[in-house]
Amino acid sequence: MLEASGITVRYGRHTALDETSLTIMPGKVTGLAGPSGCGKSTLARVMALMLRPASGTLTVDGTIVTRWRQRAARELRIRVALIYQQPRLAVDPRLKLAEVIGEPLTANGRPDEGRVTELARETGLTGDLLTRWPHEVSDGQLQRACVARALTLEPRYLICDEMTTMLDASTQAHLVGVVNAYRERTGARVLAISHDPILLDRWADEVVGLAGQGDLSPS
Amino acid sequence: MTGRRRLRVQGLSVSFRIPGATVRAVSEATFEVRPGSCLALVGESGCGKSVLAHALLGLLPDNATVSGQAWLEHGEEPVELLGASQAVLARRVRGREIGLIPQSPATHLTPVRTARAQLQEAVRELGSHATADDLAARYGLRPRELDRYPHELSGGMAQRVANAIALAGDPWLVLADEPTSGLDRPLVDRAMGTLRELCDEGRAVLLITHDLRAAERVADDLAVMYASRLVEVGPVAEVLGRPRHPYTAGLVAAQPDRAFVPVPGLPPELTRLPGGCAFRSRCGHETERCAVPPPMDGGVACHHALEDRHA
Ligand SMILES: Nc1ncnc2c1ncn2[C@@H]1O[C@H](COP(=O)(O)OP(=O)(O)OP(=O)(O)O)[C@@H](O)[C@H]1O
Ligand SMILES: Nc1ncnc2c1ncn2[C@@H]1O[C@H](COP(=O)(O)OP(=O)(O)OP(=O)(O)O)[C@@H](O)[C@H]1O
Ligand code: SF4
Ligand SMILES: [Mg+2]
Ligand SMILES: [Mg+2]
Repeated sequence: MLEASGITVRYGRHTALDETSLTIMPGKVTGLAGPSGCGKSTLARVMALMLRPASGTLTVDGTIVTRWRQRAARELRIRVALIYQQPRLAVDPRLKLAEVIGEPLTANGRPDEGRVTELARETGLTGDLLTRWPHEVSDGQLQRACVARALTLEPRYLICDEMTTMLDASTQAHLVGVVNAYRERTGARVLAISHDPILLDRWADEVVGLAGQGDLSPS
Repeated sequence: MTGRRRLRVQGLSVSFRIPGATVRAVSEATFEVRPGSCLALVGESGCGKSVLAHALLGLLPDNATVSGQAWLEHGEEPVELLGASQAVLARRVRGREIGLIPQSPATHLTPVRTARAQLQEAVRELGSHATADDLAARYGLRPRELDRYPHELSGGMAQRVANAIALAGDPWLVLADEPTSGLDRPLVDRAMGTLRELCDEGRAVLLITHDLRAAERVADDLAVMYASRLVEVGPVAEVLGRPRHPYTAGLVAAQPDRAFVPVPGLPPELTRLPGGCAFRSRCGHETERCAVPPPMDGGVACHHALEDRHA
């Protein structure tokens, strides 16, 4: 289980989350909805161990997280993968697409070209794109690479933050299909953050609503 | 706003040189955008929508080759955008006549300055009468949110800032590239409502969007692009209600409130587009005739347009 409990995050004087709790249940797709600016991406960053909250606890499979970002324990960090809302802000512009996808493998000392090719194929990236720089591909092509990158280390929890917010219907259906297939194969749990009620209705088993300052309500 | 204004694009093509290959991003696009109307442009990720918009404003990188013509008619001497100098585009066109709402807006904001400073600069440069607060309010931002730096904005807030900046100079033609990403439903409705108002006040809008439902509400006409080419064009309700190109039919069916299944297979590599119809490998209706490129005829580029077969 991935469990955020009583999480408070402040940016300066602004409280983005105020004692918010959310549990990602085994075997399910949990949907998270809420108005723009209510703290969804902030909660996603906390749950991916990328942002230390002012207070509250995050528990990954029973272990309480005490260190965050690069200092977080490696075996905890790789259990949770985050697909960022804005692909252009989430990739290193100095890496070619194949390197973007393989980054987590390389960082963990086990580069694997075969795995990169396989994931690129699954996410719908044609071979010609893999040798390009991020600025030489479209936003949607870059987002496909980010989805592939998130799956490289086979995370047990996958957080999709507006994964398909600017993608055409067919690409959206394709990427949701990729995540679902991964989930079925590995039993991973998914948190799907989206503004689109029709998408969440179709994709998630349950949908939780986040109001201002991180008040959660079933919706 | 005068009725003599118009954007007339004729045979616009764009290709990129990359090591060992050429990427064909836009092939012979021909269309018009008129004041009072909204043309929506849709198509699979990577098919060339953003490149098309950037080409019109001279915003492509150095490895791009552009051909064709794009006439900006505005009463006096028309400007041919594709051949215009950067000086003309910067002084007269960008922001003043044509406003661009870029896709992934956060990457277009300057990281070291607040949203307010950037919006105020646009207002000043473009000689707008509106204040930064007025413009922000129009797109659903509170004044205090304008005092944040780009990295302090949520995804949807950055989108709203970009929308306000693009429209600060009150351009008569708006190119909106996914203007609703990261916005919740009420904000999507508001942003789309604003675009529709702009049209109704006599401005012209080219709307690139993934959201077919929103396109149906806001746009008058729809253009569908596949692998660098426009493959179907027509009134939005007709194209979405009775798609004639097999790709359009697949795109409509892929929506989450429909079958939610992707168009099977992968898009072709734009570095080696097949001869003949580029949709052939995924179509399911193809015959030997499809080895010859289908011309655009009566609003659809397909040898076996769906209505013909049903007739
Ligand atoms: N690094 C930061 N510094 C200061 N404020 C921030 C920072 N990141 C986010 N915020 C603020 O925190 C609030 C929540 O932001 P967050 O990105 O979590 O919202 P969101 O729910 O994901 O919104 P959206 O739906 O628009 O993506 C917003 O008011 C935002 O401006
Ligand atoms: N600088 C470049 N060099 C080479 N190829 C490029 C360059 N920029 C874009 N491309 C390619 O041109 C094609 C069109 O890209 P474009 O960004 O217009 O797609 P799009 O239709 O806007 O897609 P999306 O829906 O994902 O935003 C893509 O296949 C992309 O890989
Ligand atoms: S021309 Fe042929 S291959 Fe192309 S869309 Fe029409 S039927 Fe399909
Ligand atoms: Mg967000
Ligand atoms: Mg684009």
